[in-house]
Amino acid sequence: MTAGAKHLEITLETQVESVNLAEEMCLRVAEAAGFGEDDCYRIGMSVREGVINEFHYGNQERPEKKIYLALDITSEKLIIHVLDEGTGFMLADVPDPLAEENLLSTSGRGIFLMRAFMDEFDVITGRTGGAEIVMSKKLPGGDSTNGRGGEGTAPKRGA
Amino acid sequence: MALQATYRDAGPVTVVDLSGRITLGDGSALLRKTIRGLLQDERKKILLNLADVDYIDSSGIGELVSGFTAVKNQGGELKLLQLTKKVRDLLQITKLYTVFDIYTDENAAIRSF
Repeated sequence: MTAGAKHLEITLETQVESVNLAEEMCLRVAEAAGFGEDDCYRIGMSVREGVINEFHYGNQERPEKKIYLALDITSEKLIIHVLDEGTGFMLADVPDPLAEENLLSTSGRGIFLMRAFMDEFDVITGRTGGAEIVMSKKLPGGDSTNGRGGEGTAPKRGA
Repeated sequence: MALQATYRDAGPVTVVDLSGRITLGDGSALLRKTIRGLLQDERKKILLNLADVDYIDSSGIGELVSGFTAVKNQGGELKLLQLTKKVRDLLQITKLYTVFDIYTDENAAIRSF
């Protein structure tokens, strides 16, 4: 991996197949960035969940809408952005899937899994007005930092 | 690998052998269809063999939960057998590990119904 940030963007259709495509693409980038098998699994899963979130909740499965996926590899971390063309949402409004009353809910675990698997996770309002998931994982062997002041967006850890 | 599902009888218990990925799309849809089909056939003691399921996402977890609830609501039982490490870890962190009855041995699982 050469020095300097690297950036990759892809526009996805709002369809189920985009979830697999996004996962596969990000797995290849993560492998190339030197992540081990376990971290690649966590990154791939997080991307799946992010795209599923945008597909189902953000874009309401409407095929005319797009999902925007971007990856940045800095000297410290892999940063992933997933953006929809919906109306956005507040993290605080997402029910806790671990709460007793939600355990048998058939949905609502995607955000939780992304938070669990990535080092940093946040949801902001994107350029489209929709929700932009921003999550990152420190590169293997890198210094442990809080991610503040890094290149590109510095996502905060979710509450 | 796309999800494949077959089932066999073990006395009063129906063992559903699953292999592949239980994920959004065909995988989770097949799981849903399989469980609902068994219920329609009045097969209410269902053991899902997940030994060959190497990957599940939140949609797949949702279908497991949905199936569990559907079977329970019809007076039946749905249990899980031989979770792979990734599936087990996901069920643990989502606190579903204590919701399902989970077995490592098929005979013990069948006897438990």
